[in-house]
Amino acid sequence: MIAVYLILLTPFSGSVILALQNDPDRSRLYNTGFNALSLFYSIWLAVEVLLKGPLLSSGKQFYIDSFNVYLVVLTAFVGLTTALFSGAYMKHEWEAGKITPRRLRFYYSAYQAFMFTMFLVLTTNNMGLLWVAMEGATLATVLLVSLYRTPEAVEAAWKYFILCGVGIAQALFGTILLYFAAEQVEGIRPDEALLWTTLHENAALLNPGVMSIAFVFLLIGYGTKMGLVPLHNWLPDAHSEGPTPMSAILSGLLLNDALYAVVRSKMLADQSLASHLPGYLMMGFGLLSFLVAALLLHHQKDIKRLFSYSSIEHMGLMTFAFGIGTPWAVFAGLFHMTTHSLTKSAIFVTVGHASQLAGTQRIDKIRGLINTQPSIGWGLLIGTLAIAGFPPFGVFASEFLVLIATMRDYPWLTPLLLIGIGIAFAGLFRHLQPMVFGPLPEGRQAIPANMTPVVLHLLLVLWLGINMPFFLGNWFNQATQLIAGSLPL
Amino acid sequence: MVNTLSVYQQAVMLMAALITLTSFLMLGQSRLLRLVGVFAVQGLLLSASTALVAHSMALPHLYISAALSLVIKGLLIPAMLFRLIMRMNLHREMDTVEHPARVMIGGASLVVFSYYVCLPIVKLSTLITLNTISVSLAVVLLGMLLMITRRHAVAQVVGFMSIENGLFFAAVVSTLGMPMVVELGIAFDVLVAAVIFGVFFFQIRSSIDSLDVDRLSQLSEVEE
Repeated sequence: MIAVYLILLTPFSGSVILALQNDPDRSRLYNTGFNALSLFYSIWLAVEVLLKGPLLSSGKQFYIDSFNVYLVVLTAFVGLTTALFSGAYMKHEWEAGKITPRRLRFYYSAYQAFMFTMFLVLTTNNMGLLWVAMEGATLATVLLVSLYRTPEAVEAAWKYFILCGVGIAQALFGTILLYFAAEQVEGIRPDEALLWTTLHENAALLNPGVMSIAFVFLLIGYGTKMGLVPLHNWLPDAHSEGPTPMSAILSGLLLNDALYAVVRSKMLADQSLASHLPGYLMMGFGLLSFLVAALLLHHQKDIKRLFSYSSIEHMGLMTFAFGIGTPWAVFAGLFHMTTHSLTKSAIFVTVGHASQLAGTQRIDKIRGLINTQPSIGWGLLIGTLAIAGFPPFGVFASEFLVLIATMRDYPWLTPLLLIGIGIAFAGLFRHLQPMVFGPLPEGRQAIPANMTPVVLHLLLVLWLGINMPFFLGNWFNQATQLIAGSLPL
Repeated sequence: MVNTLSVYQQAVMLMAALITLTSFLMLGQSRLLRLVGVFAVQGLLLSASTALVAHSMALPHLYISAALSLVIKGLLIPAMLFRLIMRMNLHREMDTVEHPARVMIGGASLVVFSYYVCLPIVKLSTLITLNTISVSLAVVLLGMLLMITRRHAVAQVVGFMSIENGLFFAAVVSTLGMPMVVELGIAFDVLVAAVIFGVFFFQIRSSIDSLDVDRLSQLSEVEE
């Protein structure tokens, strides 16, 4: 259990220490160090959970089961690789004179603060604290979006703050209703009424009328953070105007954690309501996001906006899968959360280097990457192949599973999914092809790039696509059992 | 009907009504300074109703919540907004409401809508709870309406914060307060949010030379 406290303590103290650290070289090193430490503790925690089963802290405020433990490891891993990338990236921005020392210091401190809120979202057992941490994640990142102080960046940050703030307020209303419903049940002590373990034990007793309203509010609230259409407006702006490492962690971590919160709420609502209402709501919103984002991919002009729409598309697919709610679909959803998170953060790392190389984020100005700097060109090409769902990468396997699950229960929705995947593929490749192979512009110089994270992530995704390691399969099975109530096979 | 309610219940109803009234006042107020003033009054009412619940239900931990909302929502945030308005020389600025009559009718229908949404709750609880939950949902929605109809950044912040007020009212009156950890966490978040809003005012002004957020329109999906 001590590992949980260490996981939370590391980024928290990191945030404080980095706020006081003036030397950029040291900050870079420390930031990576703190993330490496978090990864170490999270693996420790994972081993503990693997051996002993779910852990509940003595004060009951933290709860680790197979569903969140693998997300903790994933969060720590992506956090570390992005920190490695952000070292090279921020150094380049610093040398280009785009940021001041004070802002750089703020950046590193906020990075750790964000990691802290992410770990808190995942490990807390208290639905109220989960909300507080989720709002904290917005607060930690909002000033990072406006780090460059361009009018566009300020606008994106304002939009992000207002939309996510109002959105997440809906989730608080949902949480209050949840508390209200729990208080009506006899035998629940008020101070334990918001604990997820208590709620889950008594979920069948919660009033269905209140729970259905509560779930709608929770879905809208956390759905805004997840970028579900029609609440997605902030997401492409925030991703495109902020520094690229932040886009990588927003796409790879924040979206997953928001989905995690929705799935936890659904587990409660499912048991309370006899109907499949939560599932249908998630399927509807998920499918809508998936299709709308796939269409919007086509007329993007900014490379980071392009890939943020691809994030919305994949989050839609996952929401859809969890909405179906059968063991197959849940397994596919969990698997897709992992593969998408790894692939998308790798892509954002490559995109960050590509746009530094070209000196712009405009797609029509980025040309001939494979000739200027082959590692970046190949990275972008392979990353996009992976995210578009080509075999043998992991995304193919997880998307295929979603399709199978859909075919079993809602066969008439399968064509829609296939068309969506096709449209998204076309949308990505019509932009990608000229960027990678197009004619080489004059005077492009190779830049120092750190491609280790990309190679590492893509290799992992490849591995997951070919052969899932037993412990991961084991986790997914346990988590599926927890969410869907039975095993896929 | 009224005869069957205890004094406490009547007092809570009165508070709920007053809080809704302040929301409507904000909706129609175009002077920024007065807007902040009405917002402060709402914060004070909120704190008073929390204290009322704490007193009549004998729940001492709610006194802490009352003190928190008094300090943060009644004094600190309004004072901060007030200072910013003075420092940025905005005290003469108007944020005119277009079509005030329509906005008011819209607000009234939002209140009716909130009562409709909360109908399932009345089946398992008392009249008071129905009223308080509906009123707090109405305050949340009215805050959103305020944000939609206004263009000035200060007015949007006031709307945002009044949404928080509505949520807080729901938490206190219908569920007798959330667990302390959660309440402290929420108060902390609100405080940090207020500070960040302050930072934003300066960033927005230095980028578009005004606080009219309608002019923040560089980023869109529409082709230039």
